[in-house]
Amino acid sequence: MNTAAPADLLPASRRGLLLGPAGRVAVVVALLAVAVVAPVLNLLVPAGHPLHLGDYGVALVARIMCYAICALAMDLIWGYAGILSLGHGLYFALGGYAMGMYLMRQIGRDGNYRSELPDFMVFLDWKQLPWHWAGSSSFAFQMLLVVAAPALVAGVFGWFAFRSRIKGVYFSIITQALTFAAMLLFFRNETGFGGNNGFTDFKRILGVPLALPSTRMVLFVLTGCTLVGFALLARAVVNSKAGRVLQAIRDAESRVMFTGYDPLRYKLAVWVLSAVMCGVAGALYVPQVGIINPSEMSPAASIEMAIWAAVGGRGTLVGPIVGAFFVSGAKSWFTQAFPEFWLYFLGALFIAVTLFLPRGLMGLAARFTTQRTARRIKA
Amino acid sequence: MLIRLLRGLAAAALAAALAAPAAALDAATARAIATGDNDARIAALGAAVARAEPGLAEFAQALLDDAVKTTPAGAVLVVRDEHAVDAATGQPATVPDDAEDASNNNRMRGALAAALGGLRLLSKDPAARRAAIDELSRNGADPALLPLVDKAWAGETDAGLKAQLGRLRASVQVASPDRAQRLAAIDLLSHSDEPAVRALLQARLAPDGEADATLRVAIERALAQVDARLAWGERLGVLFTGISLGSILLLVALGLAITYGLMGVINMAHGELMMIGAYTTWLVQNLFHRFAPGLFDAYLVAAIPAAFLVSAGVGAVLERGVIRFLYGRPLETLLATWGISLVLIQGVRSLFGAQNVQVENPAWMSGGIAVASNLVLPWNRIAIIAFAVLVLAGTGLLIARTRLGLFVRGVTQNRRMASCTGIDTARTDTLAFSLGAGIAGLAGCALSQVGNVGPDLGQGYIVDAFMVVVLGGVGQLAGTVLAALGLGLMNKVLEGVAGAVLAKIMVLVFIVVFIQKRPQGLFALKGRSAES
Repeated sequence: MNTAAPADLLPASRRGLLLGPAGRVAVVVALLAVAVVAPVLNLLVPAGHPLHLGDYGVALVARIMCYAICALAMDLIWGYAGILSLGHGLYFALGGYAMGMYLMRQIGRDGNYRSELPDFMVFLDWKQLPWHWAGSSSFAFQMLLVVAAPALVAGVFGWFAFRSRIKGVYFSIITQALTFAAMLLFFRNETGFGGNNGFTDFKRILGVPLALPSTRMVLFVLTGCTLVGFALLARAVVNSKAGRVLQAIRDAESRVMFTGYDPLRYKLAVWVLSAVMCGVAGALYVPQVGIINPSEMSPAASIEMAIWAAVGGRGTLVGPIVGAFFVSGAKSWFTQAFPEFWLYFLGALFIAVTLFLPRGLMGLAARFTTQRTARRIKA
Repeated sequence: MLIRLLRGLAAAALAAALAAPAAALDAATARAIATGDNDARIAALGAAVARAEPGLAEFAQALLDDAVKTTPAGAVLVVRDEHAVDAATGQPATVPDDAEDASNNNRMRGALAAALGGLRLLSKDPAARRAAIDELSRNGADPALLPLVDKAWAGETDAGLKAQLGRLRASVQVASPDRAQRLAAIDLLSHSDEPAVRALLQARLAPDGEADATLRVAIERALAQVDARLAWGERLGVLFTGISLGSILLLVALGLAITYGLMGVINMAHGELMMIGAYTTWLVQNLFHRFAPGLFDAYLVAAIPAAFLVSAGVGAVLERGVIRFLYGRPLETLLATWGISLVLIQGVRSLFGAQNVQVENPAWMSGGIAVASNLVLPWNRIAIIAFAVLVLAGTGLLIARTRLGLFVRGVTQNRRMASCTGIDTARTDTLAFSLGAGIAGLAGCALSQVGNVGPDLGQGYIVDAFMVVVLGGVGQLAGTVLAALGLGLMNKVLEGVAGAVLAKIMVLVFIVVFIQKRPQGLFALKGRSAES
């Protein structure tokens, strides 16, 4: 999965087990819920039955699970390495566009213009695919791009940024500039990614129609398993020796340097891993939501990712997932029930969390239960 | 479109210059212009124009208005408001049942309109002549008008107009069959500084244009001379728009330079404070509209302090309510102020609606100074440049020369030491933050004069503003100024080369690369405070 990370970052911690007993139960329950309970309730339980899980619910949860992967990725770099990115929407969109390119080619001749080329290219009067679409008909190649494109962009950007020891707010603002520039670039028709409208009207994936309930369910299960898998991977990374070094860098970078570690490698590895996670989330998001356009790269979208992690609680791996579910769930409820109050709520959430809940919802929970969690976090 | 415009102009000119009672047109000429096939009609029209026949302008206008009828007997009648007049004699006439409308297709209409425009060259009113010359210079004169232009040139008394007419004549003669005339025309045109002349010369260089090789060389030389003259206007234009954009960036970033540069507060709501300033301007404008329409041109005098005070007030509330609890935690400040910005945007939407509101320029701000034939400097841009300079000077003086500025600098450099010497650091923070917010309000007031005012106004500028401050270096007003002007100029120069969007992307990438090389910006702070 992650090609750019040093070898010692990837394997699970050799010191003790990856998860405690409670953690193992939680993982099993989560996998059961995603892979067994949800499909049964959606596909086998008849509609109208009180236990039936509607298509809307499936789509909503699938979308939020994609967001949760992003929140997890944010938490890895922000919570554990102290790097706040305001540009992770870029990596999400890169993964999404890589998937979208494949889906556009899968439309084949069923588009409005009955052409082999995607509709927007016919509209622009292009006669053949541009060079960067060369591999777009191959699923395997595009899946490689889902991983490679974010990894490459994050790797190059991160290497330069961390090498110059840009950190803190400077780094955040530069990531924002980068995603803003990318958004402008993708808005251009000449870039070859559909301009303003992006990609939409997907028909099928791997020859299977996307509209089928079973296709949607397979994607849903895949998303859920990816989320659980990434959470376990993140746990492994955090528990490893490299993870300890990362947290030390977060708390006192200069001291880590003076003890002989090179922060660049560690930061770059976790940065690229985080970008790849976002890219995969984007690739899962696009076929389920059915559209990808440059607004995913707007600075606002990236900042929202930060708030998922902050609301849930940075420096805990469960927190960001909880945060993503809480904030996105609230968003879908607010935008239906009180559309004009959503921004008030979101704004107030930003302020309240930073002022009163620096450790997020997980910190709040810990305050009521034990101090166990609190010891692990040092905000 | 053009024809309609010309017709309007022609009607005005008719009233002014040809108010004399219809001097009759030669009956044969009238018939030749009104009937027959188009080539013959246009030829007849051209001949009549060359002779500048009396009454021709009125007759052409009547044709354009579809008010001309012809009878099989050969009479040409102008029918207006049910009254028919014989075009040749000027006498009232009755319209026989078998009269036919003189119909004009677009080609004929174009020729008629051109003839009308040409006839105005002979108008007695210098202003009308000037308008006609300008019109023809801009759109290119029809070769058929050459005799008329010649006649106007010979009769012209005003030296400036005569020179213009000469160039106009040359622009027609450049296509004349006579080689000597073409050469003279090229020579004359090489002294021009009109964009239209450049286009004309380029057209002559096309394969179907000039055939004579020596003349082609002459045209190329003339084109180079015109280009050189125009290039100055273009370069100055790029320079001016660059400085104009730079002054806007400076206004936008100046407040941020105080809150971020001096205080270290990442204020993502800075753009929304600008938006509040712009809305305050809009409210003041509406108040003037309703209660003092006579003083409307002076509403900015009230709007500028109002925008400053309202934004500064909001800033003070924010500092007291939220930001002071987050000092020393820049990333949290960033998120909290982003939240504030969302609330402010939605608040303005709830209060004033999601649509853009209309802020009018005062009358004195419309128009501009024409510096060259292809460069007009708009007054509102000039006003904003001047305003930016004033705000910069004021801020610089405030920081460098006043007691508050001293306190701010003291608290920035060493908070605890400043506190020990008796400075009320909390109060200084509030004042400094609301000063930055107030400057944002001023920026919003300025932006309302050149752009749209809507709830999203601030969002479009926040990335740019941070870029300026980051590029300029923290804690240095000089760096902010240099960065703002540099980015403005760079943006506009690149825009000419690569287009607006690519230019913007290139600038952003440049900043990202630049920061890699100089993480502290153009003007790095030296010493201990640089570490934090």
